[in-house]
Amino acid sequence: MQEINHTGSRTTRLLGAAVILGLVVLFFLGWFVAPEDDEQQDAVRMIFVHVPSAIFTYVAFMTTAIGSAMWLLRRSVWWDTLAAAAAEVGVLFCGLTLFTGAIWGRPTWNTYWDWGDVRLVTTLILFLMMIGYLSVRSLGGPETATATRAAIVGVLAAGIMPIVNRSVEWWENNTLHQKSSLTDGNLEDMTLFTLVVGLVVWGLFFWWAVLHRFRIAWLERELRSTDLDRALEERRAEGEPEGEKV
Amino acid sequence: MTHLGYLLVGWGTTLAVGGLYAAALLRRGRRLSARVPVERRRWMTADES
Repeated sequence: MQEINHTGSRTTRLLGAAVILGLVVLFFLGWFVAPEDDEQQDAVRMIFVHVPSAIFTYVAFMTTAIGSAMWLLRRSVWWDTLAAAAAEVGVLFCGLTLFTGAIWGRPTWNTYWDWGDVRLVTTLILFLMMIGYLSVRSLGGPETATATRAAIVGVLAAGIMPIVNRSVEWWENNTLHQKSSLTDGNLEDMTLFTLVVGLVVWGLFFWWAVLHRFRIAWLERELRSTDLDRALEERRAEGEPEGEKV
Repeated sequence: MTHLGYLLVGWGTTLAVGGLYAAALLRRGRRLSARVPVERRRWMTADES
């Protein structure tokens, strides 16, 4: 077998190349082709990074929730590893969603943050819950117990996602945040097209990152297992009489 | 272009953070795979190199 010292594969290389190409196209469309908005002017161009980050935050945390549930139901290491990989990528996207939202909020709402805004605060709670998920995983201890504790947090976090998503509808008088950009039908055709391009690029990057992060987690697990096997062999060798040692 | 500063900070931070995370993943993967026996890197077959 050929020795390969990386977590890449043909699939990840294709995804990576598509992401780079897609980002160039997205930048060109987002900055130079998509029209400015009547109300928000050029600040609307933030939509092309903010909305894809938000949508793939949901995808990531739903993946974590499904993986966590599969661990709890079937003790599937594969699903547990996928849950952990998606959680880390999701935290990255959620952080970017909060940051770009704040930056976008300043020119459009005249404030970076509003503690009374339900969408903003529930998104922050989701972000903190998933940081909690990653913290539980990094605490150490027996692998099964760690995975189970993290899985419970992963499933609980999924419960808040419908509230985050629907908050702009349920508390429309208590939020500065606009309703869904994709479904409210107010976007110009070119703006909508560029947003879809952004979603495709973010989707490709999401799976590229999850694949690499999954393989890293798998390698970490294999490394722990290798170290354990080695330690057991050494212990066995120590216990054998001198003449029987191999 | 209006709001150029906000756009530069928003887009710039997104691309920089995403790029740094991607580089960190690749570096971490390289470092770890060098320590794991070849037969245990299950997804990595010779035809995928």
